[in-house]
Amino acid sequence: MKLHGTKIPHNKNTADKAPVALPMPAEVVIPMSMHIGRPAKPVVKRGDEVRVGTLIGEADGFISAPVHSSVSGKVLRLEDIRMSSGAFVTAVVIEPDGNQTPDENIKPPEVTDFESFVDAVRESGAVGLGGAGFPSFVKLSVRDLSAVEVVVINAAECEPYITSDTRTMLDKTEYIFKGIDALKKYMGVKKFVIGIEDNKGQCVRRLNEFCSKTEGVETYVVSSVYPQGGEKVLVYNTTGRVIPQGGLPLDAGVIVINVTTLAFVGEYLETGVPLVSKVVTVDGTAVSEPKNVIAPIGTPIKDLLSFCKAEEPSKILYGGPMMGIAVPSADAPVLKMTNAVVAMDEKEATPPKTTPCINCGRCLTHCPLRLDPRAISRAYKLKSGEDLESLCVDLCMECGCCSYVCPAKRPLVQTNKLAKAALRDYKSKKEDKK
Amino acid sequence: MKKLISSVSPHFHSPVTTQRIMLDVVLALLPAAVASVIIFGWRAALVIGVCVAVCVFSEWGFEKLCKKENTITDLSAVVTGMLLAFNLPVTIPLWQAAFGSLAAIVVVKQLFGGIGQNFANPAITARIIMMTAFSGTMTAWVAPDGVSCATPLALITKGEMSSLPSLSSMFLGLRGGCLGETCILALLIGGAYLLIKRVISWHTPVAFIGTVALMSLLCGKDVLYELMSGGLVLGAFFMATDYSSSPATKPGKLIAGVFCGLITILIRFWGNFPEGVSFSILLMNILTPYIERLTRAKPLGGVKR
Repeated sequence: MKLHGTKIPHNKNTADKAPVALPMPAEVVIPMSMHIGRPAKPVVKRGDEVRVGTLIGEADGFISAPVHSSVSGKVLRLEDIRMSSGAFVTAVVIEPDGNQTPDENIKPPEVTDFESFVDAVRESGAVGLGGAGFPSFVKLSVRDLSAVEVVVINAAECEPYITSDTRTMLDKTEYIFKGIDALKKYMGVKKFVIGIEDNKGQCVRRLNEFCSKTEGVETYVVSSVYPQGGEKVLVYNTTGRVIPQGGLPLDAGVIVINVTTLAFVGEYLETGVPLVSKVVTVDGTAVSEPKNVIAPIGTPIKDLLSFCKAEEPSKILYGGPMMGIAVPSADAPVLKMTNAVVAMDEKEATPPKTTPCINCGRCLTHCPLRLDPRAISRAYKLKSGEDLESLCVDLCMECGCCSYVCPAKRPLVQTNKLAKAALRDYKSKKEDKK
Repeated sequence: MKKLISSVSPHFHSPVTTQRIMLDVVLALLPAAVASVIIFGWRAALVIGVCVAVCVFSEWGFEKLCKKENTITDLSAVVTGMLLAFNLPVTIPLWQAAFGSLAAIVVVKQLFGGIGQNFANPAITARIIMMTAFSGTMTAWVAPDGVSCATPLALITKGEMSSLPSLSSMFLGLRGGCLGETCILALLIGGAYLLIKRVISWHTPVAFIGTVALMSLLCGKDVLYELMSGGLVLGAFFMATDYSSSPATKPGKLIAGVFCGLITILIRFWGNFPEGVSFSILLMNILTPYIERLTRAKPLGGVKR
């Protein structure tokens, strides 16, 4: 039996729109933290000349990722900017010269075995492009390669509006399969499943053409029920495997990799150009000309919005409307994991009025992981760590189904987030007592 | 540039609101309301009107008095008023109907915290209060022609099977009984509407009615008469499915439905009262938290409790 979820609007208005290049921005702001883990250490200073692909921040520690310049030009300054999480991060501000001269050191990496493959992925600056931003080489640094039984390629793209993965599948199909070849060759993976929603028929047909020529790769079409792209959900629905509580996909013999990340790895192995630009879907009720744009990383979002004729948006999101993050200002830059910018008009942007819970149970029947957000809210209100533990709130992936379906418009995801923190607190206190 | 709104995800919300759900329930109750006026005359409309008006007014008044936020626009008080009226004989003195409505909203609903917090169904509980307080007028049944008569269940209990209305009259509601419970056709239309709109799920009504059918068959009773008598269809679709007082889990809904059916049968066949639907629902309301705890699903990848 498949996991259930929620039927939400798809709004894939830009699926047929091939990405177009954005006019060169006046300056790019490249934060040193566009990944989970420690921020990169800047290695350039004010006045330095940089080119496309020049290393400007080196990885600091194991879980970190290098950062490269997305333009050729001059470093204006290093400044601390506030990220959407609220944390301050050093960013390198570069004034582009408009020539986009590539760095002279760019050449395809020499990859001969597993170790040099992982090294190459690290050097590329690749992070999880589905939105998580986890450094890709860390995910691939598997101690025991025989534990990887199947690689699930996440091509579900279940969020409304976003079509950047769709464009990857249509425009960069050969690179996806180059990436697959590399995983086969250097990691010995034999089985690949491309999990994709049934609202992307043209992508499925395109992928199937390639699959028929490649051994061990199959597309697995799942229904377009949000959140098929959730890691736990997609792994279960395509392979029947269950990622254990607190565990990684690898504990179930699976590596999950986003389709655009994989295509980027495939492209990097061929060209050696690190992660410096992104295809970003720009859409939403405030956008009059929705487009897929190719934007240098660090481009301020306002440049994307004016290119797509967005008038006075009231809310701007990194990512889609279900899990996207509302940014405090349109100066926020395009990050490595930015796959969409959604701008909403005032009507849509205003949060609905919250009314009392009527105990209808929609949140629990729509939770893909079978959690009970209603009971979690109660337990959180009562500050009962014990109850939160038994309700497994730490499993919550914050997909937003519960809040979406709630007729009382209660902030259930927000409560779950707070409850997760409360549970961590409770657990660490319990540990201390021992 | 104007100030941006920053809020926590998700940024999309389903168009279904509490008010929309309650409006759907009101719409689903309308066919039975119309049927009651056709069957029992204009006094049925008067009773429904009084119950709805007093329910809405007492909710407004209580919240005003307690300086709580006004919730009458969510229409839940309208639903309670209609359901209570449906559970009364058409001859009920209006002041008694008003008293029951006041008790439903103030005592059963608001004193426990208002919408979503009441552990028992307000309409059912108010009906039981009224049956105890006004046992004479609460059982003064009349036939559609206004002549006093016994309900089909009372006739069955007495064994007077020959005086029962025909099956088609039973289906259309041409019999003595509470004003909203008799027209099975109208109730089924409303129930189907709620199922299609996904306001309720099939679990409770199917388990409830199915259990009554099965037990009647096993006890050698006339199944169709048992199903169409009393408040079974009204209770199974509109009262046992009440959100705040019934389990939210699917297996919980099945369990609640089955036990509602069993208790109904026990009271009908062996109890002192001819009808047991109200009591069965109230008894299962009390068990709801325990049923929910017992039937909570195991989260994917998680450990149960």
